[in-house]
Amino acid sequence: MGTKINLWIILWGIVFLIFISLMTPVHAQQKTIILATTTSTQDSGLLDILIPIFEKKTGYFVKTIAVGSGQAMAMGQKGEADVLLVHSPEAEKKFIAEGYGINRRLIMHNGYIIVGPSEDPVKIKGVKSSSEAFKKIASMKALFMSRGDNSGTHSKEKGIWKAAGINPEGEKWYQQTGLGMGQTLNVAAEKKAYTLADRGTYLALRKNLNLDILVQGDAILLNIYHVIEVNPAKWPKVNAAGAKAFADFMVSKETQNIIKTFGVDKFGSPLFFPDAGKKEEELGK
Amino acid sequence: MIDSIPILEARNLEVRKGGTIILNVPSLLIPKGEIFSLIGPNGSGKTTLLQTLSYLLKPFQGEIFFKGEKVNSNHSVFEYRRKIAMVFQEPLLFDTTVFENVASGLKIRRMKNQEIYQIVMEHLDRFGIGHLGNRSARTLSGGEAQRASLARAFAIQPEVLLLDEPFASLDPPTHESLIEDLERILRQTRTTTIFATHDRSEALRLSDRMAVMNRGKLLQIGTSGEVMNHPVDEFVASFVGVETVLTGRVIKRNGGTFVVSISGKEIEAVGEALLGETVILCIRPENVTLFIHSSKEATSARNVFLGKIVKITPLGLYQKVQLHCGFPLVAYVTNHSLEELSLIEGKEVKVSFKATAIHVVRKGEDWKREDI
Amino acid sequence: MDLILEGIKKAFWLLITFDPEVIKITLLSLQISGTATLVSLLIGISIGTAIALTQFPGRKIVVSLINTGMGLPPVVVGLFVTIFLWRNGPLGFLGVLYTPTAMILAQAVIATPIVMGITLAAIQQLPQKLRLQILALGATRLQMVWILIKEAKLPLLAAVMAGFGGVISEVGASIMVGGNIKGYSRVLTTATVMETSRGNFDIAIALGIILLMLAYFINLILTQVQQRERPR
Repeated sequence: MGTKINLWIILWGIVFLIFISLMTPVHAQQKTIILATTTSTQDSGLLDILIPIFEKKTGYFVKTIAVGSGQAMAMGQKGEADVLLVHSPEAEKKFIAEGYGINRRLIMHNGYIIVGPSEDPVKIKGVKSSSEAFKKIASMKALFMSRGDNSGTHSKEKGIWKAAGINPEGEKWYQQTGLGMGQTLNVAAEKKAYTLADRGTYLALRKNLNLDILVQGDAILLNIYHVIEVNPAKWPKVNAAGAKAFADFMVSKETQNIIKTFGVDKFGSPLFFPDAGKKEEELGK
Repeated sequence: MIDSIPILEARNLEVRKGGTIILNVPSLLIPKGEIFSLIGPNGSGKTTLLQTLSYLLKPFQGEIFFKGEKVNSNHSVFEYRRKIAMVFQEPLLFDTTVFENVASGLKIRRMKNQEIYQIVMEHLDRFGIGHLGNRSARTLSGGEAQRASLARAFAIQPEVLLLDEPFASLDPPTHESLIEDLERILRQTRTTTIFATHDRSEALRLSDRMAVMNRGKLLQIGTSGEVMNHPVDEFVASFVGVETVLTGRVIKRNGGTFVVSISGKEIEAVGEALLGETVILCIRPENVTLFIHSSKEATSARNVFLGKIVKITPLGLYQKVQLHCGFPLVAYVTNHSLEELSLIEGKEVKVSFKATAIHVVRKGEDWKREDI
Repeated sequence: MDLILEGIKKAFWLLITFDPEVIKITLLSLQISGTATLVSLLIGISIGTAIALTQFPGRKIVVSLINTGMGLPPVVVGLFVTIFLWRNGPLGFLGVLYTPTAMILAQAVIATPIVMGITLAAIQQLPQKLRLQILALGATRLQMVWILIKEAKLPLLAAVMAGFGGVISEVGASIMVGGNIKGYSRVLTTATVMETSRGNFDIAIALGIILLMLAYFINLILTQVQQRERPR
């Protein structure tokens, strides 16, 4: 009889605890903002710093949904997000042109880098032009890892191949992982391959990888971030006020200052460069 | 009679299955305190009748009256079911201790735990399973499990107890032991009981009245004596153990007796059958006497024939002797007599039976049958 | 191999130091999957029992639907639930997309057919005459159903474990409808996927180990209850 009672008490105790602790505060719809952004932005850790500050300041609850660039924009197109923080300029311009977004504002930029094994068999280290580097990789048929997932990084990579006048699709040395940046870097390290990566993710994993930065600084490698408010005229249900508040926050002086120093203590150099107020053409000079 | 109203009454009960009538009982009255048995072969409708009487099965038509009040609305059915109990051929115990099982009927009725304890212990003892209270029901033998099932039924102190062949799947010694105990308890508690069985000796032993069923109908209702010794037709006769059933026509009448011709032999019986009428003669094997051919003792038996022993089957304390005397005849003979008379298969003997011992069924007779 | 060892070390470290984020994630996993399982039990056991005890036209079709539902791909459930909960979708007015509530909903949809299917089989398997015996003892319909459920305790507890196991380990639907929002809708499974995609394999393995331990602990208790009265 004794064990019988005890076990039931434990079980019901757990059930009780489950219910009690699920009494999380319910956020009013007006005070909730859905922010669609990319996985690499999320993974850099910048938002983990900025969002709490914003929430505290304004009382909004921000739901950060980190997906691929393509999906983020698709969410904006369907009115399922209130504000976007993305880095695919071509697609963004189309988004605005088609009337899905308003107030596209420049926030920050950083650069993509081409990384590869320290042995660097293709000898692209220090090459200034990324398209040149890609041409060399193709001619030597060196193993190259592509994200292959229509993310911002993947789009950038495709742009470089185009600029180099090469179509790597179907080649044996060109492999598409379909995975996130971190995983792709790990695969490249395992296989001693070359790949295009964003600086943030690379720096975060650098310790365990055996990949070196080989090419950086090329204008084409610029990774530019904009904040876009979803057009309330198209989708009345979006939280336009919240979106504007967030966008204003991102371009504010305090935020821009935080961005300027983000990453220095951890990696020795900042991960992003704040650009609010500037024009896109001025960057990279 | 203290109670002129029968405790249970059924009227015009009819149960159908897929359009066919599987039970047809125009009337059944059970007085309080009676032990009533239903006998019949498998498929005769005993289970259907019991389930209909307990309202576990809804009849196509007909009414059931409990203590004079009709049982029909949901409420009255429920109230009624709480006053009766049913035990099946399988013990159908719950997967818990024996104590919990016997207490289940009481728990359903929301009785308090202290009261439950008293009653359960009392009934466990009554059925001889007091030492098994804490055992898991899964570990019981067939006999113990059925005792538990009975204890469970009695614990709720039912006003009517229904038993559906409760001992059919038990081995003979267990069967015997349980019947003894049940008999004792039924006499003590005087619970009105209706029980179904295909074993007529069981019915004989326990019941006050019995009914023979076949094909959903009650062919005959009466006391054991009435049914056993005066079966109303050949089916009932063979079912209750009349081994010799002969059909023939009346060729002579003689005051209170008449003579029937069967296979060329003449058999005299007592009764009112008319000349030329076809009758069925039922002769119980206990009433047939065998004696050795040569002795010429005077006997009052009117029917004496020469016969040849065709087969001898041992039946425990006595033997069944099948003979051919121009017509087939069955006699029961004690082991002692068998030895004394040196009866063996093939031997010729003389057989006799009294005219008064023959039960006559006149064809077209409708004694105690309301259907047709 | 070292990676797994690293993972195990990390797991213990995270637990021993009561890393607040890990604690939060673990608690949330338990809360969400636990609630979803409870909901699925309520719906699954009641409807499963009802269907097991009733004859009605089209019953075979319903039962095969339930059996199919037991193998429903969670990711497909997640997709459909997301579409329903979108702001502009039929249930958008509820505003529950990207909340733990949505996760509970999706997980309940996944677990309910499992519980229902097993309950259906368990109750049907009880001897027919048992129902009659229970009614003959004077039970109301409700009391009878309760007693039958108790009789089927063994397979029903297996159903609970199957339902819970199915959702505590679920990731596809949880990411889609929950959004993996830090401190809010991030659970062990979604966090594991995120850490893996970031390349933080040691943390991912650690989270995986914690998830296994959690599942084992819960199932240990449930198994104890299930196996309590087995013959010695």
